[in-house]
Amino acid sequence: MDSITAVMEQHTKQSFLKRLAGQLGNRILSLMHFAGGFGLLCHRTFKEMFQPPFYFKLVIEQAYNIGVQSFLLVLVTGLATGSVMALQFGYGLSKFGGKLYVPKVVALAILREMGPVFTSLLVAGRIGSGIASEVASMKVTQQIDAIRALGTSPIKKIVIPRLLASLIALPILTLFADYIGLLGALLVSLKDLNINWEYFLTKSLETLRMTDLLTGMAKTIVFAFFISMSACWKGLNTEGGTQGVGNTTTWVVVTSSIFIMVSDFFLTKLFILTVYPKY
Amino acid sequence: MHTNKDQKIILDVKNLHKSFGIKIVHQGVSFQLLDGEILGLFGVSGSGKSVILRSIIGLEKPDSGEITFEDKDLTKLSERELIPIRTKIAFVFQNGALFDSLTVEENLSYPLIEHTQLNSEEIHQRVNTMLELIDMKGSNHLLPAELSGGMQKRAGLARAIIIEPKIILFDEPTAGLDPINTRRFLENIKKLKSKKITGIFVTHDIPSAFEISDRIAILYHGMIYVIDKVEKIKQLKDPLVQSFIRGIEEETQYA
Repeated sequence: MDSITAVMEQHTKQSFLKRLAGQLGNRILSLMHFAGGFGLLCHRTFKEMFQPPFYFKLVIEQAYNIGVQSFLLVLVTGLATGSVMALQFGYGLSKFGGKLYVPKVVALAILREMGPVFTSLLVAGRIGSGIASEVASMKVTQQIDAIRALGTSPIKKIVIPRLLASLIALPILTLFADYIGLLGALLVSLKDLNINWEYFLTKSLETLRMTDLLTGMAKTIVFAFFISMSACWKGLNTEGGTQGVGNTTTWVVVTSSIFIMVSDFFLTKLFILTVYPKY
Repeated sequence: MHTNKDQKIILDVKNLHKSFGIKIVHQGVSFQLLDGEILGLFGVSGSGKSVILRSIIGLEKPDSGEITFEDKDLTKLSERELIPIRTKIAFVFQNGALFDSLTVEENLSYPLIEHTQLNSEEIHQRVNTMLELIDMKGSNHLLPAELSGGMQKRAGLARAIIIEPKIILFDEPTAGLDPINTRRFLENIKKLKSKKITGIFVTHDIPSAFEISDRIAILYHGMIYVIDKVEKIKQLKDPLVQSFIRGIEEETQYA
């Protein structure tokens, strides 16, 4: 009896390991599929970007859509982020008599991190999902095939306008979020921390350098590239009807958000090593 | 290229093979399309009829085989090299595949804007002529979502033929249509036929195919089982052919 139980336990253990190995294998395969497909799409996009015909009107339309759709969202989150940061730093640092450092700390954090990362996360949620669901719907209703069958390129008609529009719109939105964030911090500093606006502005401007703004912008270019290209890639590879469209949208938001958070760490590390001033 | 009856061969499909993973779809499909004819293509669901059409226009790449059009092997062409070919071979999708963010007029204008030098007034006139041909006069500013299924299919047909292609590939254009809309669609194709169009008509709708086709091909087990003129096909005693004609085939039996 004991030997039967031992055999069954052994069998259960083996089948569990098999399942685990199978799932791991599937994950690795899908990662390789994504890496290969994404790389191929990037290659074709750069190749076709410089070949006529050029659809400037589509780029402007898309940039306008992304900007307008995200404007209010960025306004609200920018204001909230700046205000909350000023509040937290103000009360936290006041214990150690460091309240007067709030303008410096908040301004740096907003320009280098909070502005670019929060704006990109919002755009990943709002625009990444929008691009993914639109392209995926076009795929499952054969509209992508129709673009090809009518002698035009889906890369030129779909991918390039969305990529360029994201590359234009996201840095502009981030710049806007930076200013709004600083405005929020300034208002809280005035109202709750008793820091006057002249002091706030002088200390902020003293601390901030052009590299802080530019590195923040550089991050958004990397994020915009990934959000738009991954949304297009996943959309163009959608299968399985309306359920497939839903899965694609979720995948794009989750993957883009993870990419933004992880790549932000490495980009920050890179900028610390290369361009940020040594204190 | 010419046949022995001196009918010009406009498209030559030779020994086409195609698999999707372990599923073998085509294992040596060969046929020729003659200038000015409509070839009806039958086969059970999943037999790869649509894949043949998609391979011809380059939406699918066959594993091997040749598709010759204007002395070019279409299977060897890149996506960019296929662009001029796609202005000569049009594809009518099963559901119309209209761009849902564009109006009917914008959908129909699309190929003209992309591939001709016509000005906006000429394009507008051409669109109106085409809408009249498909009995959709005045629906220029409607969005695809505002059209019925039959209208969407007819608009899809109009978009495909507005650029005056040499060959039209119909992928089950009457599927899901009620008898009235099917009749309307067939009337549209008949109007085109009077202009000597060349095309391949993939369908499960046997009476419709007999009505508009000059020849019929039956795809079975990944190969062309039989191809001949409509009258000769009707007279064949072969049980498979007869079951197709009578429309009583068991898909599971012949899949």
